[in-house]
Amino acid sequence: MDHISLLLVVIPLIAAPIVAILPNGRIPWALTLLVTAVCAALAGVQLWSIVHEGVISYELGGWAPPWGIEYRIDAVNAFVALIVAGIAAITLPYALLSVEKEIPKHQISLFYCAFLLCLCGLLGITQTGDIFNVFVFLEVSSLSSYALISLGKKRQALTSAYQYLIMGTIGATFFLIGVGLLYSQTGTLNMADLAERLPAVFEHKTVHTGFAFIVIGIALKLALFPLHLWLPNAYTYAPTVITIFLAATATKVAVYLMLRVLFTVFPNGFALGTPADELFIILGIAGILIASVYAIYQMDIKRLLAYSSVAQVGYMALGIGFASAMGVTATILHLFNHALMKGALFMAVGAIIYRIGACRMENIHGLGRQMPWTFAAIIIGGLSLIGVPGTAGFISKWYLILAALEQENWIAVAVILIGSLLAVVYVGKIIEALYFKPALETNLTVKEAPLLLLLPTWVLALANIYFGLNTELTVGIAESAAKMLGAVAK
Amino acid sequence: MDFILGHYNYWIVIFLMMVGFYTVISRGNLVKKIVGLNIFQVSVFLLYISLSTVDGGTTPIVKEGFDLYSNPLPHVLILTAIVVGVATTALGLALVVRIKEAYGTIEEDEIHEQDHSL
Repeated sequence: MDHISLLLVVIPLIAAPIVAILPNGRIPWALTLLVTAVCAALAGVQLWSIVHEGVISYELGGWAPPWGIEYRIDAVNAFVALIVAGIAAITLPYALLSVEKEIPKHQISLFYCAFLLCLCGLLGITQTGDIFNVFVFLEVSSLSSYALISLGKKRQALTSAYQYLIMGTIGATFFLIGVGLLYSQTGTLNMADLAERLPAVFEHKTVHTGFAFIVIGIALKLALFPLHLWLPNAYTYAPTVITIFLAATATKVAVYLMLRVLFTVFPNGFALGTPADELFIILGIAGILIASVYAIYQMDIKRLLAYSSVAQVGYMALGIGFASAMGVTATILHLFNHALMKGALFMAVGAIIYRIGACRMENIHGLGRQMPWTFAAIIIGGLSLIGVPGTAGFISKWYLILAALEQENWIAVAVILIGSLLAVVYVGKIIEALYFKPALETNLTVKEAPLLLLLPTWVLALANIYFGLNTELTVGIAESAAKMLGAVAK
Repeated sequence: MDFILGHYNYWIVIFLMMVGFYTVISRGNLVKKIVGLNIFQVSVFLLYISLSTVDGGTTPIVKEGFDLYSNPLPHVLILTAIVVGVATTALGLALVVRIKEAYGTIEEDEIHEQDHSL
């Protein structure tokens, strides 16, 4: 029981090389499924014990912090870890058929190996309480995701993986520079220890420079507008399973990291004294508007949803920029809800790709009638994306608007509402093509997606409705997480 | 003058950082971009190493008669970062090889042209 926080990282790490040497076929998938299920269960237990017993501090190798590496788990990261592990566990049943169709047979075991490494890296970022350790896990997850994206069928997958590699490495290196500058001022790498020692040197320019490097480095990973250029290509050309997994987890972990740095590592509202919070509000607003408009003009559904992801990151940035308890609550809620809706939508689109091998607007005419269950899942996911009451998306937007009203930021309120209207347009475009356009002849014989693809899709779609109606659990956790982060602004 | 000479290590770091960063942004050749990325990363390694230096200190090895030594922690951190850098370079070059196979070129603008002339 005591070792849960470490096991979450170590199990995928050890399983990865084992999966790599297994024969290609269904065995690597089965082992990966087992690992993700175990991780999801452990993450659930971890969150439960946080809620009931308080913060866990795990000393790696018995070395007491701040000398040794500490894994420090509170409500914030336990929640994010559960999102990551849970999405992985839901994606895996879906992966079996989708991966067999999209990945060459001789690469299947290596594919699952890289997937596990990516999971290990993402979980590691959430678990660790050591800022240099974060960099290492950031690179573990990034390197494996570059490799995974490049496995996409089209050759553009290679260029988009390369583009992501360049931008991701610049981001990670910026983060590294910032960590070095903080270390030079405080002599420590432990986040809790940094939080204690930094206030004494807050005036130093080095600390401000370090702060700027770290924030911009994470913003690149977060795909915060205008640093989002890698995201649309990467999501469009990656194999479906990877798009689902990365869209639902990778940017979320980066959001978590941003919250952690802004509020825990730099305590007492340091960020409020810098241009960072205004910047988050401005870039969030710009991201919501511009990325949503871009999304409307996309002809490829995956790319459309990718641009919508950039817009959704804008909402989260807005919540961070408010820096109030309500704003941070909204960000954490949206982090969870967006994982649900984008997971469901990309899964449903993946089911269409599974059947017809493409997802451009002109190829999908009339498929809504041929694949009613997939279509219904797209509608639920789309409604949640728009923020219709009764879906999860409504809850987070509601809290975000409350946070904006609290600060009397009328522009932000208007932008959130306009963003929802723009979402109506682009979700409407997908639904129009799927249902209202006369069916293409080739699409008349298309059958409903296999059950193994539909089940995970519907688990997420129903979760969108469940967490839209029953908000006790998510709001409760998000509020205690926001309290844990100690957002101070009013 | 003292300020400039006394901080010469940081000037080198900043110079390398800018050279590397500029190369990544300005060059269209995919291999040159990776070279730039490497220079950029190396500048960060130097930053860490020079942070750890102690005036008059020796290398951090336990030996009688030497009490003052450099801080070994950044050295260890940078070992990790070097490994990460090597892995990134390897993966980046592997991607460049595959891109060359798929497009027949490693010039960014030519790749761009091919993708948009379809």
